Amino acid sequence: MNLTMTPEDTKTVPGGNAEKPRATAPRPESKPAPAASAARAISALSVKNLSVFFGKHQVLKNVSLNIEARAVTAIIGPSGCGKSTFLRSLNRMHELVPIARVEGDIRLFDQDIYSKDVEPVIVRRRVGMVFQKSNPFPTMSIGENVTVGLRLNGIRNRSVLAEQTEKSLRMAALWDEVKDRLNAPAVSLSGGQQQRLCIARALAVQPEVLLMDEPASALDPLATSKIEDLIRELRKDYTIVIVTHNMQQAARASDHTAFFYLGELVEFGPTSQIFTSPREKRTEDYVTGRFG
Amino acid sequence: MTVSSTNHIFRKATSLALNGLCVVCAVLVILPLGLILFYLIQKGASSLNWAFFTGVPKPAGMAGGGMGNAIVGTLELLGLASCVGIPVGVLGGVYLSEYGGERLNGWIRFWADVLNGVPSIVWGMVAYALVVLPMKGFSAWAGGLALGFIMIPLVLRTTEEVLVLVPRSYREAALALGLPQWKTIVRIVLPTALRGIITGVLLAMGRVAGETAPLLFTAFGNSNWNRHLAEPIAALPLQIFSYAIAPYDDWNRQAWAGALVLVAMTFCLSLGVRLFSRGRFEKNT
Repeated sequence: MNLTMTPEDTKTVPGGNAEKPRATAPRPESKPAPAASAARAISALSVKNLSVFFGKHQVLKNVSLNIEARAVTAIIGPSGCGKSTFLRSLNRMHELVPIARVEGDIRLFDQDIYSKDVEPVIVRRRVGMVFQKSNPFPTMSIGENVTVGLRLNGIRNRSVLAEQTEKSLRMAALWDEVKDRLNAPAVSLSGGQQQRLCIARALAVQPEVLLMDEPASALDPLATSKIEDLIRELRKDYTIVIVTHNMQQAARASDHTAFFYLGELVEFGPTSQIFTSPREKRTEDYVTGRFG
Repeated sequence: MTVSSTNHIFRKATSLALNGLCVVCAVLVILPLGLILFYLIQKGASSLNWAFFTGVPKPAGMAGGGMGNAIVGTLELLGLASCVGIPVGVLGGVYLSEYGGERLNGWIRFWADVLNGVPSIVWGMVAYALVVLPMKGFSAWAGGLALGFIMIPLVLRTTEEVLVLVPRSYREAALALGLPQWKTIVRIVLPTALRGIITGVLLAMGRVAGETAPLLFTAFGNSNWNRHLAEPIAALPLQIFSYAIAPYDDWNRQAWAGALVLVAMTFCLSLGVRLFSRGRFEKNT
């Protein structure tokens, strides 16, 4: 099975109703020019025939899809369907597991990220990641956590660091809450604040793509809605791929949705279409809560 | 209520008895330490004076003199041992926890545990063969090396254990920021585990500070100040040993005082470095 789907494919489906599906959060300024929306979808990441193995076990089977730049792509599916593995293969984080093996092709703005002369370190600098559980570094203050990526990559200029701290914290919608206590320990923040701090930390190194692995699953509803607002806001500047167990979250916060099941990409299309008129029976069963 | 009251009383009694047992055991753990300290102070404190800390031993049978050379000697030996034991132990622990394959790690752990069990006098023989014989003489170098050998497996195992306790998510977060693995280890993982590593190092130093056997034919002891590390050097445990078995009352009393100083030194060492190594964000405990 070789599923090559792009958002454009599904745009032509009758009833899919071509234009941007989102009613809840219109994004007037997110498209730089009308021309861009006509030409559509610059792919930030294009994945072709991706298979991932852990030892002999095949976790992902021949997945192909294009992830649109400056948009939010949600990955949904039941536990164990390979969502997280897919996400981790996008910045080579799966390589931390020694028995993991990848076949296929992933291009980040036309550069093969698995090419022999590309270091995983460089890929990860361009493709940042936020994890399920907030993980600020406990030995560092709030401010130091934000700038750690820059500092450890050799940037020492205080004014540059201060500027990036404010910019990243503002983008993560945390600045107003912490601006008076940047020297306080990061672990003194609440869970939701810690997660936004982790987002700020990831943004500070100015990645092109931000991967989020169930970023709100350990948070209460209020903190979750803050993260979702943040995702909608970040889409103006970043390409975001978010794995979520929460289908409402995918429906609320994403532009495109990919449904994974048993290691296969079952369906990929505009979020509204996936949730209102899916083409596959399995997608429909999952999004309506009949299984998973 | 379905629980019968006799059953209830029985359970309460059991709970009380077991609680009491735990308290007794806890006291039994602390008691020897208290007794040792009490006894050392009672026997040794009276011999502590300025000359004890600054002087060198008087000729056999003469009263007075001190263990200044042995105190400094022990500190020097600890310094030399740390130069061997800490880098090798810590880096080995980092290798075990962060790099290395399962099979190789299993072997390294096994051998480290075997080395941990090697009697300390054997390490003295190793240092004798490696340093004393080629240099044709006892020396501080040889004593430091022997103690350093003893520290290596202790530091290695504790370092590995505390590094493994650092959550994986910190490593992942650092790697996802595009940091190379060595930077992740040096700047994120090690600082997070620093206190545990320091505790392990202190335990190892405390252990070797009191070692006597491996120094017998390496550092050898010296009744005067050590002027060069290639010469024999005095050490508190050696000095205590020779003073304790000497037939002079004054020397016996000084042996007690020496033991008191040795215990106080290890105590101050761990207390001081503990205070010093407290993380910026850790509470005063």
